[in-house]
Amino acid sequence: MNQWNNFTKGFLKESPTFVLVLGTCPTLAVTTSASNAIGMGLATTFVLIGSNLVISLVKNEIPDKVRIPAYIVIIAAFVTIVELVMKAYTPELSKSLGIFIPLIVVNCIVLGRAEAFANRNNVFSSVIDGVGMGLGFTFALFILGSIRELLGNGSILNIPIYSESYIMLLFVLAPGAFIVYGYVMALIHKINKSKK
Amino acid sequence: MNYLIIFVAAVLVNNIVLMQFLGICPFLGVSRKISTAAGMGAAVAFVMVLSTLVTYLVNKLVLDPLNISYLRTISFILVIAALVQLVEIILKKASPSLYQALGIYLPLITTNCTILGVAILTVQKDFNLMEGVVFAFSNAIGFSLALIMFAGIREHLELMEIPEGLKGIPIALITTGILAMAFMGFSGII
Repeated sequence: MNQWNNFTKGFLKESPTFVLVLGTCPTLAVTTSASNAIGMGLATTFVLIGSNLVISLVKNEIPDKVRIPAYIVIIAAFVTIVELVMKAYTPELSKSLGIFIPLIVVNCIVLGRAEAFANRNNVFSSVIDGVGMGLGFTFALFILGSIRELLGNGSILNIPIYSESYIMLLFVLAPGAFIVYGYVMALIHKINKSKK
Repeated sequence: MNYLIIFVAAVLVNNIVLMQFLGICPFLGVSRKISTAAGMGAAVAFVMVLSTLVTYLVNKLVLDPLNISYLRTISFILVIAALVQLVEIILKKASPSLYQALGIYLPLITTNCTILGVAILTVQKDFNLMEGVVFAFSNAIGFSLALIMFAGIREHLELMEIPEGLKGIPIALITTGILAMAFMGFSGII
């Protein structure tokens, strides 16, 4: 039950995107389409699982004073792996996500989970937490990406839904990102409140 | 002329916060009052120019000749983290009043993605040293401009009646969206 809780909390109750408001930069930047959103979400999930795993393994070896730099190096190593793998196997996606792949290093979700969870829990819980938080982040990105793609491009996952003459281009541009994010967050707040 | 184009492009056309989505966390976090926004802007400007300068040299003198540019992400973030610590220590000794003003923002800057973002963009865009410094400085100005403008709006927002669900971050995001829409008007000038 407890592990199940660790897994599901990332989706609504402690959603990194909508409730904790962490990792806003990639959230806004890569949600121009649903497929970009999934790509970014999975890349971050991989880094989260890897860093949570390693940090929970070595947490007792690292002196408390230098733990943040040590965590950042571990995270950066995993980010570099993702960066190179994506460049090799999905060059298109890697190009459209651009600078936001190396910037996973400074995504507060990753360091936040390292500090708040992996730092004081065992390996298994930490991995589950990484999977849950990562997929919660992916889920949130996917929702935002679908809404923006639907409104701004008339399609979801490149499948056309309605005619291009009705699209509102604004929603795939920068202002649309902020506005959609704001309204979806308000909605999630309302859902979380009514559950209590 | 070239420098002027870089400046206008970075401050207005491709504003780092409103158009490139970098540094949203501090943008939402420290934009409640104009004075704190100005403090954060100054701290970012200081660190951004310095870190771009250092990472540029690290890239040119260490990573490129040794052909280990795949270590760029790791080395840049380490350089930035060390630099921020160093700036903090030096400021504390050399200028306590400036440290008082900027001190609380400095630790936040390590995980501010504008710093790493601008350092990587400078390398990707193949700028020379001078262009890189101008680019970093203009982006810092763009960041401060957006931050201070937004703080001004938010001070007024405090006095408004806002629907329950939209209070706090959601209304801030929607307001930023409208601000970004205004900045889209600059897109034609270059």
